[in-house]
Amino acid sequence: MAKTIIPIGPYHPLQEEAEFFQLHVEGEKVVGIDVSIGYNHRGIEKISESLTFDQVPYLVERVCGICSTSHPLAYVQAVEEIGGIQVPERALYLRTIIAEMERLHSHLLWAGLAGHFLGYNTVWMWAWKYREPVLDVLEAVTGNRQNYAFMKVGGIRRDFEKEDIFRIDQILDELKPKIDLLTGAVMDDPVLHARVKGVGILKPEDAYSFGAVGPTARASGIKIDVRRDEPYAAYDRVEWDVITDPAGDVFARVKVRLLELYESVKIIRQCLRDLPGGEISARVKEIPPGEGIGRVEAPRGECFHYVCSDGTNRPVRHKIRAPSYVNVPTCQVTVPGETISDATIILASVDPCYSCTERMQVVDKEKGTTLSGKDLVRLSQEKTALLIKGGHR
Amino acid sequence: MDYLLPIFYFTIFPGFLFTAIVGLLANWVDRKVSAMVQWRVGPPWYQPAMDGAKLMGKEIIVPAGASKSIFLLAPILSLVAVTLSSTLILRAALSPGKGFGGDLIVIFYLLAIPSLSIILGGMASRNPLASIGAGREMKLILSYELPFILVLLVPIIKAGGTIRLGEIIAFQTAQGMIADQLSGIIALLAAILCMQAKLALPPFDIPEAETEIIAGPFTEYSGVALGVFNLSRAMSLFVGPAFLVVTLMGGIGSGPGSTLLGILKYVGLLVIIILIKNTNPRIRIDQAIRFFWGKVSIVAAIAVGLALLGW
Repeated sequence: MAKTIIPIGPYHPLQEEAEFFQLHVEGEKVVGIDVSIGYNHRGIEKISESLTFDQVPYLVERVCGICSTSHPLAYVQAVEEIGGIQVPERALYLRTIIAEMERLHSHLLWAGLAGHFLGYNTVWMWAWKYREPVLDVLEAVTGNRQNYAFMKVGGIRRDFEKEDIFRIDQILDELKPKIDLLTGAVMDDPVLHARVKGVGILKPEDAYSFGAVGPTARASGIKIDVRRDEPYAAYDRVEWDVITDPAGDVFARVKVRLLELYESVKIIRQCLRDLPGGEISARVKEIPPGEGIGRVEAPRGECFHYVCSDGTNRPVRHKIRAPSYVNVPTCQVTVPGETISDATIILASVDPCYSCTERMQVVDKEKGTTLSGKDLVRLSQEKTALLIKGGHR
Repeated sequence: MDYLLPIFYFTIFPGFLFTAIVGLLANWVDRKVSAMVQWRVGPPWYQPAMDGAKLMGKEIIVPAGASKSIFLLAPILSLVAVTLSSTLILRAALSPGKGFGGDLIVIFYLLAIPSLSIILGGMASRNPLASIGAGREMKLILSYELPFILVLLVPIIKAGGTIRLGEIIAFQTAQGMIADQLSGIIALLAAILCMQAKLALPPFDIPEAETEIIAGPFTEYSGVALGVFNLSRAMSLFVGPAFLVVTLMGGIGSGPGSTLLGILKYVGLLVIIILIKNTNPRIRIDQAIRFFWGKVSIVAAIAVGLALLGW
């Protein structure tokens, strides 16, 4: 049978952001897939080097609209590691609460989108309606629905009032039956099962070799979670479970995310109960030279930040690795062999965040080749040599 | 003046104009009920007409390398077929004495033409997504036509072996509607599922699965051509369920009371179809074929068997 290429992207109804997948299909069956990332290069890491340590959270909050707590949190943890800064207890608890609220709304967002990708628009609208009160309460306690501007080096920016705690508690009470309803609908719908069960299986060994993280890895039975493996904020002070599922199919990924909603509720409730008083921010004078890393379990998986300081007031190097960067390529093993219909939900099932995968790609249009990192270094050196020879800098 | 009458039937009532207006209203009911199910507000009643009017003012782009005549003829073919089938169905429903022997078969084929023109248009677009969509539409037709024929056998058997729509309606007016009996109920259930697929609504919107192949066969359509396709699909939303009302649910009668009842039956059927649309995810094409050739065909065959036994 003749091979056809079905393009998904760079602009496609499946994706809210620019990304390019080329499905090689024979009839309805996908036999191969090409992934191109890098349609969304904004130079975040480079910009970061031109900002002071205090300005960077504002920037990294904008790496991704949904993980707008995970990125700043990972960054400030990296800087706190360089400076050896002790963050007050209360700030740690409040960080945990906001991070888990983010997970709640992110997983609800994904559940809705997954419904939409399956042509099930009712689930889409309902999940997003359930998500709305979470955003409302985030706005009430931080001032913003997204991009909360909550994290800062040494602590947090804004304390909770008494009524904020009451408000969050109330929202969780209201949210619980709705999550029950959503979970029940997904677990019992035979038509939905026909679409997602046994589809796009990611075997544990493949998950390892691709370095998959977060719910994608946990749905393949790999018990990794930064919150448990290397606790930050107040995660080591509360009781909760790492949700895993050995199946590795799309249904497992749905299930893991939905069950994680319950764990998030559990964590937030304990944090609200145990919330200590006191300061919300440590006094930070200056950041000494050194290196630090911050790891945060974002809703999509491990979010990694590396920051290097030379003793000035700005980072000399800031490296970000967002979870989608390792999760998206798993489609190379999960998609081939499935149909086009399944390919879309498999691509969506890792909860891809394309703006997080921002990488630069240089394509030589005439030769049709892609330049590698080594090529770029060589080009840069050649240009420097040329400039020096030319006598001007 | 006799020769003008068929033209009036075809263009004004119950043909094009009437079906277009009712179809657009049916499209609005679809959007409004869907919105209510999904906790949205939904559009005002004239929105489908406004959408159509907007498309009329847009440019038609014929993709390079597409076969232009087929590409542009396909929507018109679809519109004419829907109009013709609507005319035949409603003429028979309003005056059961009229019509010709075998018009049921003619209508059955006319109802298949919109799907065929979607395939033509998709294949003529020279777009891989449109080709995939057209291929899916073809498989979908193959899957639901078999149970749909079986379902149509039930009223034919009940009405004593006639293939004239008027006689089936007259039989129902005299003896009560076919869906009152066990075989009729089972046939209606299978028929609703077939109609869902015929109208390409979820869970059978496989040919134009938005998140997979953008708009399938309609991907390359724009302007008036897309408007005509949309209009013919809105009209199908009236013609399809109306056909089931006429063949299985007793028709729309002649007196004002029974006409109102007929309209209520149609709206009820439409709402059922919309609710099915909003409570199911899209299935795969292979699952659709298995579903129709397996379960639905068996159910339809049971209905035929029961009808033969006189149930």
